[in-house]
Amino acid sequence: MKHDSLRTGLLWIGPWILGFCIFTVLPVSLAVYYGFTDYTLLESPIPVGTQNYERMLHDEILGTVLWNTAIFGVLSIFFGTILSISLAALLSKPARFQSFWRAAVFAPSVLPLVAIAVIFKLGYDPDPEVGLANQMIDWFTFGALKGPNWFGSGFWAMTALLLMSLWSVGPAVVIYLAGLRDVPKQLHEAASIDGVGPFGRFFHVVLPMISPVILFNVIIGVINAAQVFAVPLIMTGGGPERSTYFHSMYVYDQAFKFGDMGYASALGVLQFVIILMLTGLILLAGRKFVYYRGA
Amino acid sequence: MNQAHASNPARTTALRVLLYAMLGLVALTAFLPIIYMVGFSTGVADPTASFGLGGLSETAGRTVDNYHAVITDENTDMPLYLRNTLIIAILGVGGTVISSAIVAYGFSRVRWRGRGVAFMTMLATMMIPFPVVMVPLFVMFREVGWIGTFAPLWVPAWFGNAFSIFLLRQFFMTIPRELDDAARIDGCGHLRNFLYIILPLSKPALLVVALLHFMFVWNDFLGPLVFLTHRDQFTLALGLQLYLSKLGQTPWNLLMAATAIMTAPVLLLFFIAQRTFVEGISTAGTKG
Repeated sequence: MKHDSLRTGLLWIGPWILGFCIFTVLPVSLAVYYGFTDYTLLESPIPVGTQNYERMLHDEILGTVLWNTAIFGVLSIFFGTILSISLAALLSKPARFQSFWRAAVFAPSVLPLVAIAVIFKLGYDPDPEVGLANQMIDWFTFGALKGPNWFGSGFWAMTALLLMSLWSVGPAVVIYLAGLRDVPKQLHEAASIDGVGPFGRFFHVVLPMISPVILFNVIIGVINAAQVFAVPLIMTGGGPERSTYFHSMYVYDQAFKFGDMGYASALGVLQFVIILMLTGLILLAGRKFVYYRGA
Repeated sequence: MNQAHASNPARTTALRVLLYAMLGLVALTAFLPIIYMVGFSTGVADPTASFGLGGLSETAGRTVDNYHAVITDENTDMPLYLRNTLIIAILGVGGTVISSAIVAYGFSRVRWRGRGVAFMTMLATMMIPFPVVMVPLFVMFREVGWIGTFAPLWVPAWFGNAFSIFLLRQFFMTIPRELDDAARIDGCGHLRNFLYIILPLSKPALLVVALLHFMFVWNDFLGPLVFLTHRDQFTLALGLQLYLSKLGQTPWNLLMAATAIMTAPVLLLFFIAQRTFVEGISTAGTKG
């Protein structure tokens, strides 16, 4: 087989290399640089050393947004993983109209985030005449329980966002489905013959076999959770009392509300570093728990 | 199915019933927000409620007037937002498909030293969160006078999108190499091989990439929020938020009609191309 020259290769991927330099390398470098400056857009950036990073240490709002983002990330990934694996297991059973059921589970994930945020904002209206959530609580408890004032307290506002995040597990379900399909049939049969029940088979055969897929989905989940922005902005505006104020919203506000581009850049860099470290940690933990076929 | 189950018809039937009950429940729950949206968008506001907030009138029945009211509302200009969104989407989809296909060819059918490293680098860029580059991109686009134009929202698409390149490369890899070799013996260079052999064979994958980018543009909120400045440049996502921010003046049933207008095209597209779509996503997850 003939090898092509390096020039031919670079020529073909040329568009990406150009874009990579202009839209990735340059802005990331600039973000790092701005992070060490005082920059308001009105005048050129003034280098201030590590001042922005020192400021983070005493920034109580930053503490709040990091905590909120972490709580939201951990819980949404945890419940989302359980739900999406369960749904994938259900959808992998042979059934009629299979592509319809799969499309149904995926459908909410194609709704624009802004649209789904508006729908849920109405759905969480405390008045059971209006809000679907409280209407259903009313229904299923025969009026014995009154639904909460969802956006009235930090706890319920966060719960509302977490519940809602479960409607966007579609892509994860599809990926788990493909993972389940790749689990060799012989393993199932062998375990069955050895007298292992359906639950035992799930935990000892299926889960280890799909663990690389879980790892992939968890990493995607971390990257997405770190950037959650549009939904809380529209549904709660970060409230009440910043209880649903997330890191990306804080970066946006610092940059475009307060015009503090330097601090905003430093906060963006912090977000990137956190994502990198978490991904590294998850991959490291993955070495211990993830089973790779043929490895 | 193993034999223990097959030998007991009563149990098999019970399990089937349970399976369909669960599938039905799951599908209903998944569609709940959509049903709720459509229901509310066709309702008539309760005239006794203050400010138009509050519930629907139970006696007034259903109406599609809300949709008409949204389209002709003077506070917002939904047809214009739709036009803007479509312009950005079409320019972006064209760019993403063309550039990503070229780059994916370079990452799959052209063999050169350093290809693996370059490909890994490209995959790694998918981890960069938008908020990191948001401020520098704003500054850069301001420098060239692009803030308040559509350019920042579609020009980058012409330089290949990492996820699309990845998807297309995975697909190109499944095309037998013998085809390339045969083409080469016939005196075809890479360009002709790409245009006349690889591209025609890859229509489904190209369609997935086009669909995904279209949906991305339709969905994108932060990008337009940062780069657009005038109301008459707004996309549907921004327009809907603008409409929502007038809450108190905007009754919920109109807001839901606006949401339905924004949602219907993507849902329709999804159900038409559902199979291609789902396959594209699962390729990405398992062959990575």
